[in-house]
Amino acid sequence: MEWAGLINYGVFMLTLAGIYAVMTLGLNLQWGFTGQFNIGIAGFFAAGAYASAILTTPPSADHLGGFDMPIAVGLLGAVLVSGVLALLVGLVTLNLRTDYLAIATIGIAEIVRLFLKNEDWLTNGVRGVAEIPKALSTTPLDPALADLLVVLAALAVVYGLLERGRRSPWGRVLRAIRESEPGTQASGKNVFAFRIQAFVLGSMAMGLSGALYAHFTGFISPEAFDPEFITFLVWVMLIAGGSANNRGAVLGAMAIWAVWAGTEFLTGKLPAEFTTQAGALRIFLIGVLVQGILLWRPEGLLPERQDGKKRG
Amino acid sequence: MLSIRTLSKSFGGVTAVDECSFDIARGSITGLIGPNGAGKTTLFNIAAGFLKPDSGRILLDGQDITALSPHERFHLGLVRTFQLPQTFQRMTVRENLMVAPPEQSGENLFATWFLPWKVAAEEKRVREKADEVLDFLEIPHVADELAGNLSGGQKKLLELGRCLMTDAKMVLLDEPGAGVNPTLMVKLTAMIRRLNEERGFTVCIIEHDMDVITELCDPVVCMSQGAVIAHGSMADIRANEDVLEAYLGGGRAAAGRGGRAT
Ligand SMILES: Nc1ncnc2c1ncn2[C@@H]1O[C@H](COP(=O)(O)OP(=O)(O)OP(=O)(O)O)[C@@H](O)[C@H]1O
Ligand SMILES: [Mg+2]
Repeated sequence: MEWAGLINYGVFMLTLAGIYAVMTLGLNLQWGFTGQFNIGIAGFFAAGAYASAILTTPPSADHLGGFDMPIAVGLLGAVLVSGVLALLVGLVTLNLRTDYLAIATIGIAEIVRLFLKNEDWLTNGVRGVAEIPKALSTTPLDPALADLLVVLAALAVVYGLLERGRRSPWGRVLRAIRESEPGTQASGKNVFAFRIQAFVLGSMAMGLSGALYAHFTGFISPEAFDPEFITFLVWVMLIAGGSANNRGAVLGAMAIWAVWAGTEFLTGKLPAEFTTQAGALRIFLIGVLVQGILLWRPEGLLPERQDGKKRG
Repeated sequence: MLSIRTLSKSFGGVTAVDECSFDIARGSITGLIGPNGAGKTTLFNIAAGFLKPDSGRILLDGQDITALSPHERFHLGLVRTFQLPQTFQRMTVRENLMVAPPEQSGENLFATWFLPWKVAAEEKRVREKADEVLDFLEIPHVADELAGNLSGGQKKLLELGRCLMTDAKMVLLDEPGAGVNPTLMVKLTAMIRRLNEERGFTVCIIEHDMDVITELCDPVVCMSQGAVIAHGSMADIRANEDVLEAYLGGGRAAAGRGGRAT
């Protein structure tokens, strides 16, 4: 393989890793800082992807719209749709214990999946939505490079906003909720309101990530959102990278994605009769890797930082 | 200031609070005593909004607050501490305190994004305030320690510190002295008195240490098996047959008991 091919491959992989990093940052807000157990990540991701796709594709007889809007509008729409979805889930469940939230998030992810699959008028069902426009297509930039730039820019914005939130009194209240809900109530905070904000904002990041993915691949179908896989991978990225550390979340996404891609080479070397088991083997390898990381660094690669300690 | 009106609460078969009624006068330091399991903590939980009563009402300054949530009561000036400290373990001691002050503009996400200088200026003040409170509690050296690493007594102090970060009108202290060393306990007692006299906190304090109660409290309310069995000055309480029977036990021995049961 020549250098050009290698670089192309690197750009492709980095773009996907960036998309996952946005999702991981969203989960970090929910789990790392607030202690919310979301295992329906794929649902918000898919909702965002479809929202942006439907908003930006040219008119089509196959599905709702398309509305031929600029991509920026699509991204905004994705954020709004996933946010509203999270708001609905949150209003119903966030007063309950975290295990109920977990069940509710699985439920909503499943509902989204079935909905995308069966509501042909909206999503063209299993045939999917095609002709999703590419970002920056009017510029002379190489399309792959343009995708990477857009994803990295989005990642930077999400990181910046969440990191500023983390350092603020707002983030402090979220961490307090994670540590002790009664203690936070006794400190006069409206725990429910903060929980909703964290859950909605985190899910918006997941929706944005979905939209980035849709514009990156140009085609989406329900098959593209294997919920177990996406949710599993994002959790692994966060735990390995370092829960409650935004830089850890990004690092985890990059590292795990690199390893994930690496395992493809590995399983590619297997004899043909094992190809059906290859997928499971890759997931197994990732599982072993995470076990290893957690034995070596129980809090992940970059553990939670205490600003007070540093500035002390 | 705070009126408890025929409050009842049961857990399954256990009636933890049984038609309790009493008033806490503005400016007073009211003691709440009674044997283990008498329902004192449960009563605090209801008063502060952490538990819903089965029946009865709570009034703060004449306003019915029975339906309000804990944070709403907090903003009316009703602040409580926990018998079992509810510290934020994986946050520094200073951060634990910095959570408490109300109306921090940095708790609004948009302010943190778009008005960072305003938030930073406020943060500086909140931080200074937290350091003052830590000095006052004589634990400034652990400011940057994670709260989870504190000793039991230090955690109790941190609980109390949370009240000091606010402008409470009425504070409910659930055994603030349990696990605190005797020297510090003397200081704590003096501090509670000062808070009462200088900052005008009305205080209701649960404590098993009768020395503290005798020193600080007038009046004293004694509960047993969920019900108020006596209400009056410490001298009255000491002379009360029911109280001797249920709690203090064996007459004069009570004064020196100083038990630290939790
Ligand atoms: N959440 C709960 N669920 C079930 N029972 C409870 C609960 N909270 C309290 N109880 C019961 O209510 C009764 C009163 O308990 P409470 O904690 O109010 O006592 P207390 O007077 O504070 O005792 P102590 O002096 O030991 O702190 C006890 O019998 C206790 O077992
Ligand atoms: Mg108690």
